[in-house]
Amino acid sequence: MVNEEKILKDATKSDYKYGFVSKFNSETLEVGLNEDIIKKISLKKNEPEWMLNWRLKAYNIFLKMNEPTWANLSYKKIDLQKISYYSAPKTKKKLNSLDEVDPELLKTFKKLGISINEQKRLTGVAMDFVVDSVSVATSFKDKLSELGIIFCSISEAIQNHPDLVRKYIGSVVPIQDNYFSALNSAVFTDGSFCYIPKGVKCPMELSTYFRINQAGTGQFERTLLIADKDSYVSYLEGCTAPSRDENQLHAAVVELISLDGAEIKYSTVQNWYPGDKNGNGGVYNFVTKRGICYKNSKISWTQVETGSSVTWKYPSCILKGDNSIGEFFSVALTNNFQQADTGTKMIHIGKNSKSTIISKGISAGKSNGSYRGLVKIMKSAKNSRNFSQCDSLLMGDKCGSHTFPYIEVKNKSSKVEHEATTSKIGEDQIFYCNQRGIGTEEAIGLIVNGYCKDVLNKLPMEFAVEAQKLLSLSLEGSVG
Amino acid sequence: MLNIKNLIVKIGDKTIINDLNLNVKPGEIHAIMGPNGSGKSTLSSVIAGNEDYTISKGEILFNGNNINDLSPEQRAHKGIFLSFQYPIEIPGISVINFLKTSINETRKANNLEPLSSKDLLKLIKEKQDLLKIDTQFLSRSLNHGFSGGEKKRNEIFQMAMLNPKLAILDETDSGLDIDALKIVANGINSLTNSKNSIILITHYQRLLDYIKPNYVHVLYEGKIVKSGDKSLALTLEKKGYDWINNNEEL
Repeated sequence: MVNEEKILKDATKSDYKYGFVSKFNSETLEVGLNEDIIKKISLKKNEPEWMLNWRLKAYNIFLKMNEPTWANLSYKKIDLQKISYYSAPKTKKKLNSLDEVDPELLKTFKKLGISINEQKRLTGVAMDFVVDSVSVATSFKDKLSELGIIFCSISEAIQNHPDLVRKYIGSVVPIQDNYFSALNSAVFTDGSFCYIPKGVKCPMELSTYFRINQAGTGQFERTLLIADKDSYVSYLEGCTAPSRDENQLHAAVVELISLDGAEIKYSTVQNWYPGDKNGNGGVYNFVTKRGICYKNSKISWTQVETGSSVTWKYPSCILKGDNSIGEFFSVALTNNFQQADTGTKMIHIGKNSKSTIISKGISAGKSNGSYRGLVKIMKSAKNSRNFSQCDSLLMGDKCGSHTFPYIEVKNKSSKVEHEATTSKIGEDQIFYCNQRGIGTEEAIGLIVNGYCKDVLNKLPMEFAVEAQKLLSLSLEGSVG
Repeated sequence: MLNIKNLIVKIGDKTIINDLNLNVKPGEIHAIMGPNGSGKSTLSSVIAGNEDYTISKGEILFNGNNINDLSPEQRAHKGIFLSFQYPIEIPGISVINFLKTSINETRKANNLEPLSSKDLLKLIKEKQDLLKIDTQFLSRSLNHGFSGGEKKRNEIFQMAMLNPKLAILDETDSGLDIDALKIVANGINSLTNSKNSIILITHYQRLLDYIKPNYVHVLYEGKIVKSGDKSLALTLEKKGYDWINNNEEL
């Protein structure tokens, strides 16, 4: 036990790798939240009237709502009047190619470990980059459009594909769904849009990289992904932010629509700035993610959550169609003073619908991690099945791990299974690794990655490697 | 190779190793026998550097250098290997991945380049026949769901891969059926040479039918009370540990 305390004391010397600030010129709106600001955002984006009206409607709904308090989180409330709702790296004109991107921005990407051109050449991942409030670059557009795939920023989609946006925005996450979704609907500034036509299997991973750069801003992105009948797409998002003493708000909404026979794989590696080791600063991550599955379709959420000081996030599936499948694979790691309340909702409506939940929580330092999940089986969902597995791994004796599973079953032909375990990394495991020449930090990384393997396996190869590194990095020096 | 001088080890107030001396030279095989609770496993843990135990007196020299204050991994990097009596399970980490990490961390500590995947596979091929390890075994989670015999074979396989200078085999024979014992013993025998040393810790003499030690030591109440050649093991087997207890000469 002496050993454990010693290691704990050595704790948390690791620094957040993405904490730099880039110095490109930005255009930032004045702080505050009111109808004028919303009109200004809409005007800046040259939006059609229906969009502005939708935003204003959302704002009015938002005004009547209260911030939720049911989550197992405690944090200092953010003063929404002190945030700027729009900040964009200044560019002189519309970009035609990546070569025209501001060199400072390109440097930023380089620091983040993303070389757009290399991404293009080597991995064949199409990327959309969102810095603060706007999308700055999307790669591979031409190749995708040959297949009829639309992959662009949501702002562009509003301009160029208004019918699709209008039909589906708010259809899975209605404005009034919750406080943060209402706020997002009013002030969202950018995000990604994707449409896969009937029968098309998207040949490459689509990816969005989100970056908060400017101080005093919030990031409110909106992602809308539509997979038409019998299509397939795998989509990835990654996020980082500079290290700042203040708390920054990130309130995103992601909506997935998986039409008959379609499949969407949505993977997230979330590494927003987690705050320092004393709990100062860090991103507040309040995200609403939900997908709807029609007949014979499938949605699979995979998330690796290591960042943010506060995470509130429940990627969910509405299994509306018969034989539809929902999956949720999650690794949520908290260290120092981080708090995470995350999980999923699986709403079974269609017959023979199936869902699988695998959640791996890791708590270290003085952090708190909670799994919160709902499995709801409606009367109509005959012969539906759910399997849930919620594991928690604790490191040291100052952290907490909690599980809040809710199960509602309204018909007799369905089957719901729930398994849960809580474990600690054993000193005997660490000694075994040590004896084989593996130092304690590496040993912990190894053990944690082994523990998360079932989830990491679901990520596309190159991101699985990144996620593995991230897990080890986030735990550096933190454990006993 | 290994030189232990007047070693006293305690857990809390309890003395587990009491003024122990041991000298192991390169190329030698030493067997340490003794009844339950005599301190055999503690001795192996202490040589490997387990920090649960504190050395209150004496020193452990490895190739002439005092290693009392070295961490377990530093000792491993110098070539000390412990085959665990109860190998630890690490779910989700494959045998091959663990071995690769282990080998490369050791190489790194000795200022060597990491082993290329090609060389690693070559080395594995070479060693896996020795212990009748099939390739599928390599991708299983480390010791997770292994049978007792598989765990022990895996320990010796790791020893073969790491090629240590000093290997301490803590009751490697326990829980093995006679076929598995032969495989493991053959594996160990083929790994011995004039440059490395082995300490065998065992309850029973049967392992010594397969591996011939140069010396046999009897550990009793934390002390080596008798040393001899292989015949000592046979006498012990015949007369039991009570013989030690009642032996006035000690």
